[in-house]
Amino acid sequence: MNQSLIQLRGIVKKFPGVLANDNVDLDINPGEIHAILGENGSGKSTLMSVLAGLYKPDAGKILVNGAEEKFRSPRDAIACGIGMVHQHFKLVEPFTVAENITLGEKENSFFLSNKELKTRINELGKKYGLEINLNAKVWQLSVGEKQRVEIVRMLYRGSKVLILDEPTAVLTPQEANELFGNLRRMASAGCAVVLITHKLNEVEAIADRVTVLRQGKFAGVLERDQINAKEMVRLMVGRAVASKYDRDSSPVGGVVLELDKVNALNDMGLPCLREMSLCVREGEILGLAGVSGNGQREMAEVISGLRRVESGKILLNDRNISNLSPRTIIDLGVAYVPEDRLGMGLVPDLNALENLILKKYHQPQFSGRWLLKSQAVVRNAETLVNQYQVKISSLHQPVKVLSGGNLQKLLLAREISSSPKLMVVIYPARGLDIGATESVHKLLLELKKRKTAILLISEDLDEIFKLADRVGVVFDGKLTGDFPVEQADLEEVGLLMTGSCSARERVNENEPAHT
Amino acid sequence: MNRLTLKLEKRLTPSPVMVFIIPLISVLLALLLGGIFLVLTGEKPLDVYSLMFVDSLGSKYGLTETMVKAIPLMLTSLGVSLAFKMKLWNIGAEGQLYMGAMAASWLPLTIPSLPAYIMLPGMLILGMIAGGLWALLTAIPRAIWKVNEIITTLMLNYVAILWVDYLVYGPWKDPNGSNFPISASFSEAARLPGLGDSRIHAGLFFALVLAVLLAIVFKYSRWGYSINVIGSSERAARYAGMNIKRNILLVMFLSGAISGIAGMAEVSGIIGKLQHGISPGYGYTAIIVAWLSKLNPVAILIVSVLFGALQVGGYAVQVEGIPAAVATMLQGAILFFVLGGEIFTNYRLKLIRQKGEELSK
Repeated sequence: MNQSLIQLRGIVKKFPGVLANDNVDLDINPGEIHAILGENGSGKSTLMSVLAGLYKPDAGKILVNGAEEKFRSPRDAIACGIGMVHQHFKLVEPFTVAENITLGEKENSFFLSNKELKTRINELGKKYGLEINLNAKVWQLSVGEKQRVEIVRMLYRGSKVLILDEPTAVLTPQEANELFGNLRRMASAGCAVVLITHKLNEVEAIADRVTVLRQGKFAGVLERDQINAKEMVRLMVGRAVASKYDRDSSPVGGVVLELDKVNALNDMGLPCLREMSLCVREGEILGLAGVSGNGQREMAEVISGLRRVESGKILLNDRNISNLSPRTIIDLGVAYVPEDRLGMGLVPDLNALENLILKKYHQPQFSGRWLLKSQAVVRNAETLVNQYQVKISSLHQPVKVLSGGNLQKLLLAREISSSPKLMVVIYPARGLDIGATESVHKLLLELKKRKTAILLISEDLDEIFKLADRVGVVFDGKLTGDFPVEQADLEEVGLLMTGSCSARERVNENEPAHT
Repeated sequence: MNRLTLKLEKRLTPSPVMVFIIPLISVLLALLLGGIFLVLTGEKPLDVYSLMFVDSLGSKYGLTETMVKAIPLMLTSLGVSLAFKMKLWNIGAEGQLYMGAMAASWLPLTIPSLPAYIMLPGMLILGMIAGGLWALLTAIPRAIWKVNEIITTLMLNYVAILWVDYLVYGPWKDPNGSNFPISASFSEAARLPGLGDSRIHAGLFFALVLAVLLAIVFKYSRWGYSINVIGSSERAARYAGMNIKRNILLVMFLSGAISGIAGMAEVSGIIGKLQHGISPGYGYTAIIVAWLSKLNPVAILIVSVLFGALQVGGYAVQVEGIPAAVATMLQGAILFFVLGGEIFTNYRLKLIRQKGEELSK
């Protein structure tokens, strides 16, 4: 038992309304690459932040070399040899690489001669194959190089355990391969490398061991020879599919939304949708499964006019809506419930009255040429809050004080009340408790009954299988699967989500006719 | 073993009592802090303060002067508050005031014979356009490339001030003015009428009208609503289909235009000509006034009078050999304490008694 370098025992971490880690155990051995796998919101990053001293656990112990340690800050963790490379780099852009590496060092690095410093860093670099130009300014570096600076900084501070939070999310495939080579060298030199990820192919490619988390709980651990995609999917998404809702079996109507070979770029200018084609019909829920980061958010933004379509067409009831203004698209009857409820879907500092007219404040029902019709605004809010049973103490309170479930109800109330022709929802139940999840799901089924076409984007396969009429799978900006829900198989969908090609042949038969 | 600890706890909603009390306490603390400095320099703080008070608010002359200083403060503060509402940090009211004054002066200096009913509206419109365009100059790069408007608006202040200096030291200098950096005097038609025969001029009327107008815009108008949304969350505004770029341009232009009115009112209502140093920094004080007033237009009127009085009081004690900077120091200290005290509107201080065993919790 004492051979483990790091032992986490019974870690519990609560945030307001969320149990992020629930009694999690973890062992990390020297010389291994240990993957922490789980869906978004499964508590991976929280757990690692606890280990890196960023969060204080509400319960549980951290043992380093068998001795219990209490971290009050990342400095304490670094002193124990634990360093974390965050997804968003913590570098000072105008400073040089050398300055960034020594930044915050306690020993008088001020007097350390430049030459000595450079030899030390270069030695590290040679040892692990991490070569960097120490005199370059950080803002001149590529993302991959910045990451290398972060890694070298942690090694320079004597880290024996290196935690990387989704390191490949920002890298090109070539850079990712290079990174994996470097990590392997570090592991062989005796370091422990912890990799937070939700990509199964990465785990298969590099991990010696994988710990799987599901909804904040420990779901299982697999050794090198047990690692395979099927087993990991089973641990990640679980097997128990809860009872289905009463499904409205009335036949679906004509095509409402059609994407025809749509290409789009993400925020970094890289392709995120590649020849994406799909269609959603009247009164139909298309459940789009996929690990987040495969173009889902961008797809929703492209449909709602918030992101440019580079090529291809988006048709709403046969009308081309690609690259129309967001307001035109809203007025054409497209509702959108974004994943970021507070900050995008709702304005945190405004009250419920104001938030409930966000998309319609300019229409004659709520305002004249100059002034808002305050009575209509109040009536609208009272009606919606009652009808959708939003628990709210005052309509004049900023909505940021509401719980996640009530926020989502408020947001859905506004979007549904616009009687949309198409509803795009992303991760509608993320972070909600069982009760709130159920009411959100009921609202969506109600909307389907009213003949709205619904595009449901989710990582939660339970949710998709419960609600959807058809199941689509998105991977790397492409539709890699499309089945009627009766023919969809949970494990097969899980495999497709990870880019596994075994089911390709079947996919081709089921893809929409125009591809 | 019992131990008492203090803990800050976030309030769900800002405390309305605190919103009211904190500015009052802040003023008292600022006076206390200023008093310490005065004692250290060998003055009697109470005497100094009472002198400041009596000279600024205790006589007809003092009150008039206070209002004269308050008018440009009101106008520039209203101007910046419009931009601040959208979280556009326009700190260039000073420069916008100068450009407004310059453009307004151009008309009487070029065509002195115009009758008042053409001259005054003409000066007003020119002042607004110049102030607005000066602000727009920073809004365009902000809207297109997200160039930080704090830097650009600040920098353009110096350009505007030096530009006016160039004019009054050069081409616009009064040939009969014994070489002072002063333009020729405006004709009577270019002077804003005063309140009775006092120095309080019609600029006060502009400020009152604008305050009411802005109060309505912020609270009841469709446009005010969209400014509010954009200011609170740009992403939500975009999601709701609002045109953010157009609003940046519009709001900055109007914000600058209001400061331009302040410049026009100064040269037309008070000075009667363009000269070096027409503003002692109204545009900068406006930032403090707008902030202390929480961007409430009516509060801006009141706080402007208070700050006008401070300024007049500062000039008054100067006669006694005490630096007028006392007033500036008090202004700064008030803002300092208000900002520091703001934590109590959003947090409450809680005294917690812990039992020994629970300490680790």
